[in-house]
Amino acid sequence: MSTPMGFGRMHRKEDARFIRGRGGYVDDVQLPGMLYGAVLRSPHAHAWIRSVDTAAAEAHPKVRAVITGATLAGLNLDWMPTLSADTQAVLATDKVRFQGQEVAFVVAEDRYSARDALELIDVDYEPLDPVIDARTALDEGAPVIRDDQEGRTDNRIFDWEAGDRAAADAVFARAEVTVSQDMLYPRVHPAPLETCGAVADFDKVTGKLTVWCPTQAPHAHRTLYAMVAGLPEHKIRVISPDIGGGFGGKVGIYPGYVCAIVGSIVTGRPVKWMEDRSENLMSTAFARDYHMRGEVAATRDGRIQAIRVKVLADHGAFNGTAQPSKFPAGFFHVFTGSYDIQAAHCEVTGVYTNKAPGGVAYACSFRITEAVYLVERMIDVLAAELGADPAELRMKNLLRPEQFPYTTPTGWEYDSGDYQKTLQLAMDMAGYDALRREQAEKRARGEPMGIGISFFTEAVGAGPRKHMDILGLGMADGAELRVHPTGKAVLRVSCQTQGQGHETTFAQIVAAELGISPDDVEVVHGDTDQTPFGLGTYGSRSTPVSGAATAMVARKVRERARQVASAMLEASPQDLEWSVGESGGAWTVAGTGASRTIQEIALAAHSNLELPDGVEGHLDATCVYNPPNLTYPFGAYICVVDVDPGTGQVKVRRFVAVDDCGNRINPMIVEGQVHGGLADGVGMALMQLMAFDEEGNHLGASFMDYLLPTALECPSWELGETVTPSPHHPIGAKGVGESATVGSPAAVVNAVIDALAPYGVRHADMPLTPAAVWRAIQGDPIRTDLAIT
Amino acid sequence: MQVPASFEFERAESVGHALELLERYGPEARLVAGGHSLIPMMKLRLAQPDALIDINGLAELSHLAVAGDTLVIGALVRHAALLADPDVGRYFPIFHEAERVIADPVVRNRGTVGGSLCQADPSEDLSAAFAAVRADAVIAGPGGSRTVSIRDFHVGPYETVVEPGEILTELRVPIRPGAGSAYVKVERRVGDWPVAAAGAYLRLGPGGVIAEAGLGLTAVGAEHFTAPEAEAYLIGKEPGEAVLREAGRIAAESCEPQADQRGPVDYKRHLAGELTFRALSRAAARADGSQS
Ligand SMILES: Cc1cc2nc3c(=O)[nH]c(=O)nc-3n(C[C@H](O)[C@H](O)[C@H](O)COP(=O)(O)OP(=O)(O)OC[C@H]3O[C@@H](n4cnc5c(N)ncnc54)[C@H](O)[C@@H]3O)c2cc1C
Repeated sequence: MSTPMGFGRMHRKEDARFIRGRGGYVDDVQLPGMLYGAVLRSPHAHAWIRSVDTAAAEAHPKVRAVITGATLAGLNLDWMPTLSADTQAVLATDKVRFQGQEVAFVVAEDRYSARDALELIDVDYEPLDPVIDARTALDEGAPVIRDDQEGRTDNRIFDWEAGDRAAADAVFARAEVTVSQDMLYPRVHPAPLETCGAVADFDKVTGKLTVWCPTQAPHAHRTLYAMVAGLPEHKIRVISPDIGGGFGGKVGIYPGYVCAIVGSIVTGRPVKWMEDRSENLMSTAFARDYHMRGEVAATRDGRIQAIRVKVLADHGAFNGTAQPSKFPAGFFHVFTGSYDIQAAHCEVTGVYTNKAPGGVAYACSFRITEAVYLVERMIDVLAAELGADPAELRMKNLLRPEQFPYTTPTGWEYDSGDYQKTLQLAMDMAGYDALRREQAEKRARGEPMGIGISFFTEAVGAGPRKHMDILGLGMADGAELRVHPTGKAVLRVSCQTQGQGHETTFAQIVAAELGISPDDVEVVHGDTDQTPFGLGTYGSRSTPVSGAATAMVARKVRERARQVASAMLEASPQDLEWSVGESGGAWTVAGTGASRTIQEIALAAHSNLELPDGVEGHLDATCVYNPPNLTYPFGAYICVVDVDPGTGQVKVRRFVAVDDCGNRINPMIVEGQVHGGLADGVGMALMQLMAFDEEGNHLGASFMDYLLPTALECPSWELGETVTPSPHHPIGAKGVGESATVGSPAAVVNAVIDALAPYGVRHADMPLTPAAVWRAIQGDPIRTDLAIT
Repeated sequence: MQVPASFEFERAESVGHALELLERYGPEARLVAGGHSLIPMMKLRLAQPDALIDINGLAELSHLAVAGDTLVIGALVRHAALLADPDVGRYFPIFHEAERVIADPVVRNRGTVGGSLCQADPSEDLSAAFAAVRADAVIAGPGGSRTVSIRDFHVGPYETVVEPGEILTELRVPIRPGAGSAYVKVERRVGDWPVAAAGAYLRLGPGGVIAEAGLGLTAVGAEHFTAPEAEAYLIGKEPGEAVLREAGRIAAESCEPQADQRGPVDYKRHLAGELTFRALSRAAARADGSQS
């Protein structure tokens, strides 16, 4: 495959090392004298800790330190702030509040001894009644989970609303048709292949702390360590090497990281801590857990007029969701979706339960996953009520191209869109009418087949700093571009790839702007000592924010090059024109053949060429990009399933996905992102789930129980594209990392429910396992978030 | 990373040597075959044996052959080998259909028939398949060998008649003309343990009536992984849809499924019946030659 000078298909630069097994992950870090840490975790969901006896563990010949909540309390580090400005116990001192919570940390000469020593720690627990079912969290007399907070008498975290309640209620009061549906978006987990972990190395002599950690936001981690632990920020270096999948689960700071740091400070030696699979599933950031009631008001001929939503949000034991401070429910209030709806209102109540903290994580664009699922399910519920075709109903209500930029009833300003075109393309690719005919024939034979549609609008690239910050840090990102004398470039960015191929796409952006080969651009990221400040990679924000910073910084370099070229060509800068031809980028004196390539200019910048006053002898530049708005990618997905009514098994037969993410930098990488997200969507819709029994035992704490989809559950994805550039983004691109995860679960569920329509089924909650499907057919649906009894 | 507790490790050179090692290390020693059940349990520290006795080098346990009218399967035969063997497929499609849905290729390349049966997981697929075909298990011990019907082999969840000092050496399955067999499983995802599964073995006698019926059921609390009342009901009847459905109903009634995250009791019981019916239908079609 040849390398384009700019945008286009090219193999990922990262592939060379990943395919050869030469990636470098945190667990590959080996330092002289390194010790190993292990975390003791609570077996109970809710219990008083009466005592922690570490004497036997400390006596183990290979143990170097045992750290407890009491140790940390002495350092004022037993609690830490969460990303939602709540607090979270690093190591529990008073109570444990979820199964798997961190209680003690052992540091030993090797992994085996550290693990052995955990069994030597004696913790005396006094179990308490847990709050497991979120729907009972606010009941009178429910156990109060966060009695560490002064004056707290219940489990309510927040009540939040958006939209205009009175306007929505008024429409509902006179609506011809209304529908209502309860639905659960269950608790799931991003389950990255690489679990979380850290290597901490505190140098007592220099006072410098180096932390290797698979973080999606290395700079934010550095600043938080400085603010919380009181360490001077210039003495902290966070290195995020290759990451084996993040999906949002590697944004926050976990107790294990803090323990590794304290372990290194206490022992004076580097400490590595890597959690195992069960620890990852039990204690790191979950996603979703939204109990929702949607209501739609419409005319009898299918014009949607208003939508109302009530949400009970299960945030676990500590409110640790990662999202811009202003929005406790993330971007959920984008729930009017892709439709022209005049009135909307939502209210969200967040509650504590005895489950792991986290939230948002898992490719959801700050809860747009939940919002899209809600509205797309509601459209199908309305279609069923009206006896309308779900595709036609969507066509009728989608926003029209002339309505953009469009301000939604809850205050979002969608930048650009051409929705009907995208849905039509998906329907054409799927052969929608033929599928409906086939379905009718099969129904007549008693063979359930379903066709499900989902149309989503994403809001990514957080965000304008005056509206969006995390713990006071504005959501902007930096880029630095150096051009060496021979014209090769090094780009340094604050975002951090976890498989998205930034080293390739960002090189392509520079390549397009400077007219050089992407092979001549090295992308540096993931090391706070080497890169500019910025908030990192999540919420599909890298291309919208860092990608824009990259284009802007390259344009600054180009402008510097113009100044140098003007000295070289002895022409006024205003008379120079930029062009990218066969041989690359060059400044040319307008109307003449006099021209200098970017490589010639780079060399001249560092040569003995006399430069005019004020022009420095280099082309390097820096930039911080503060996005003026989010970008709004969208797409139309169609899923076809067959259901075996005798067993409840669902087979996803086809999946058509048409994505519009504006201009595509590297279409192959875009398609890879979509493939992964679609597989995630099938997984969430059909199998992935973390349920809890009444004692709070986690029922999905290994890959035996937490099922990830395999290639065999995935059909051959049929992808299409439309291109509606973002008008405000420097290269017209929109994010795409999470589009497919956001859009696809609703398509799969809509397809299954469509298949079950002959049995009178209008809704069933994810995951639609064989048991759940069969019980839905029996009219006795399963409550999927609790243990099946 | 999940790390097991420390243990001794010995490699057995022969069955005799393995028996000696078992005796030397006592009841806290464990044989390790493919290790795909034992090692995960050790990593989770649900099992903490003092010693592992590795039998993977024992060629004398890896035989797979038709001897006269018996299919003989060594305890160390890998899932993948059973799945690849054409004779097994010809005489007992039930094994190929079961193996195709046990775990994934990685597990099947290492996991063994003997390890599966000795693990005695109540959701084990091969236990049901062997129960359906009425195999015999050969067990070697310090005092020599003994043969046990597979239907007496399992004494409870994770419990078999193999004593701590003994080794399962082979399975013997009688081959009879005019028989057909099949295996049907419902799983939540490929490679998952069964929500429920049923195996059926039918031999038709003169007049096309059922002369011999074997049923195997797993993950549904069927005693000894089978359903004798349903088998008895089938004898002497023509394998029509109504008869096979009724057999499924009887089999389902005899099960004691337990609810877990794979499904509630009513669903599992329903599956026991539905899958028994489906397995019987396919076994019957194979027995009368209408399906291969
Ligand atoms: C991811 C995964 C998915 C799986 N899915 C399925 C599935 O869908 N269906 C299914 O049925 N199984 C499934 N299994 C189980 C798998 O088939 C068994 O783990 C495996 O075949 C057991 O055999 P082994 O050789 O690995 O046994 P080992 O783990 O080596 O041993 C298991 C037990 O048997 C004992 N043992 C082994 N050999 C002998 C012998 N000759 N004599 C006496 N005792 C002995 C051992 O001491 C140990 O106690 C799955 C396993 C994994 C890891």
